[in-house]
Amino acid sequence: MNQSSAVQVRGLSKAYGQLRAVCDLDLDVGYGEIFAILGPNGAGKSTTIEILEGNRKRDSGHVRVLGEDPGTAGRSWRAKIGIVLQEVSDAGMLTVSETVRMFAKCYGRARVPDEALELVGLASVAGSKVRTLSGGQRRRLDVALGIVGMPDLLFLDEPTTGFDPDARRRFWDLIRLLAADGTTILLTTHYLDEAAALANRVAVLADGKVVAVDSPAKLTGYVNSAATVRWIEGDQLHEEETDHPTELIRQRSQAGAELAQLTVSRPTLEDAYLHLIGLA
Amino acid sequence: MDIDQAARAAPPRHAVTGSGSSLPTPLRIGLSRVVPELKMFYRRPEQLVLTFSMPAVIGILLGSIFSTKLPHSDTSTGAVIAASILAYGILSTSFINLGISIAADRDTGALRRLRGTPTTASSYFIGKIFLVAVASLAEAIVLLTVGVLVFKLHLPTNAFGWFTLIWVFLLGIISCSLLGIFVSNLASNAVSAAVVTNGPAVALQFVSGTYVPLMALPTWMLTLGSVFPVKWMAQGFRSVLLPADMAAFEPAGSWEHWSTFFVLTAWSIGGLIACLAVFRWSDKK
Repeated sequence: MNQSSAVQVRGLSKAYGQLRAVCDLDLDVGYGEIFAILGPNGAGKSTTIEILEGNRKRDSGHVRVLGEDPGTAGRSWRAKIGIVLQEVSDAGMLTVSETVRMFAKCYGRARVPDEALELVGLASVAGSKVRTLSGGQRRRLDVALGIVGMPDLLFLDEPTTGFDPDARRRFWDLIRLLAADGTTILLTTHYLDEAAALANRVAVLADGKVVAVDSPAKLTGYVNSAATVRWIEGDQLHEEETDHPTELIRQRSQAGAELAQLTVSRPTLEDAYLHLIGLA
Repeated sequence: MDIDQAARAAPPRHAVTGSGSSLPTPLRIGLSRVVPELKMFYRRPEQLVLTFSMPAVIGILLGSIFSTKLPHSDTSTGAVIAASILAYGILSTSFINLGISIAADRDTGALRRLRGTPTTASSYFIGKIFLVAVASLAEAIVLLTVGVLVFKLHLPTNAFGWFTLIWVFLLGIISCSLLGIFVSNLASNAVSAAVVTNGPAVALQFVSGTYVPLMALPTWMLTLGSVFPVKWMAQGFRSVLLPADMAAFEPAGSWEHWSTFFVLTAWSIGGLIACLAVFRWSDKK
């Protein structure tokens, strides 16, 4: 087996009764990568990441995470991974600092709790009860708990769902900081911009299968690269695909006419994504 | 690009705490959870009130209603209830407390989050065991104080009396805690856990002689109550907190210490087996 991969998956399948959530899935995540699993709801993202975390049993397939099978790996393996779950909503009666301290005690080697809070930007609320935190702050606390044991591999399951744009950008900075520290990061998301902004590579999932794996920039090239020119003429929207948009516009406005609401657009990651998951 | 960047940047991981790279033992992790567990418990006032004062309030109310002396004795029915209510107190701090708190930990994802760390199930339960031990001891002190001050109960005066009080207390906590853990698996969230713990608990009070003296119960209730631990705990507590001649008012005419011991031990062993068979970290398969 190739030990240069932090995560290696071959032929992974998982069904819930009649529903095939994950179907013959292959995946490789290198050490030090930020790897995003992107897909619509129900594509099998969470099932996949939960199997990799050791929180769910698989039906079949070969899975190695940090060289071990998550289905049978023990405590020392758990000390090397960090997990940020999609939803934890405990009553929050401990303070932020007490919570992080409690989790730090689980590990032989851990970040100093206050510095973990500093990293996620919660130092100023360290003394507050967890239940008084905002949704975004709670999410950052989840991350602090995920990284307090200094994991080699961090799992993030839809980490920024429900964040406002500013909080998301600050969260991305934190992920980049962790990656720069050498942590391998595997995240699921259904936000395209998140995958594009963060990930070195993106796996697009649809119906439990990987339909493409590549860098965000290269994924964009998966669709026709022609430009689309749109304008309004006589109350009608005109739309034309062309490899020479400048030429097209020159012809159309030969008489000096102004083209109302003129736009020229190139395919985006979103177009590639919609194309890949079969919606375009 | 990422890997090069990581190699180049790699800020020092100097912010390290802990003894070294070796993992703490499950026991040490468990002990480190004791104080947080206690904090989570006493920072919920509604839970505190419900768990602690309910048995005391009910004991005072029932004890004051039944204030007449029993025939040919110097002891009131109220004193019998005040001694028995200690069993309700322990049921409250072990069975109900654990049933609800573990179901809540599972429902909110707190257990699953622990599962992702080197914490083992045994570490988790060590924290809970100490929580139950401290809460039950505090509850026993409250109820014994009420019993002694208001209902003239006598604390044991010899070593045998204390020995009996202590083993009934310990076996009672163990059997009821294990039943609480078992029941938490049947509930899908804290609210349903409150129902599946408090419902049987109230019913058990009536058939176990904690709300109503055993001699007032119809035979079928007595038989039903004898199957469960509460009746035996209450009987064990009466045996040391009431005058010796009160044994005449027990259904068997004696305190039946051996039966108490065997029933509580059987529930502890059965409860342990059941818990090991059904405990789960989350609802996910």
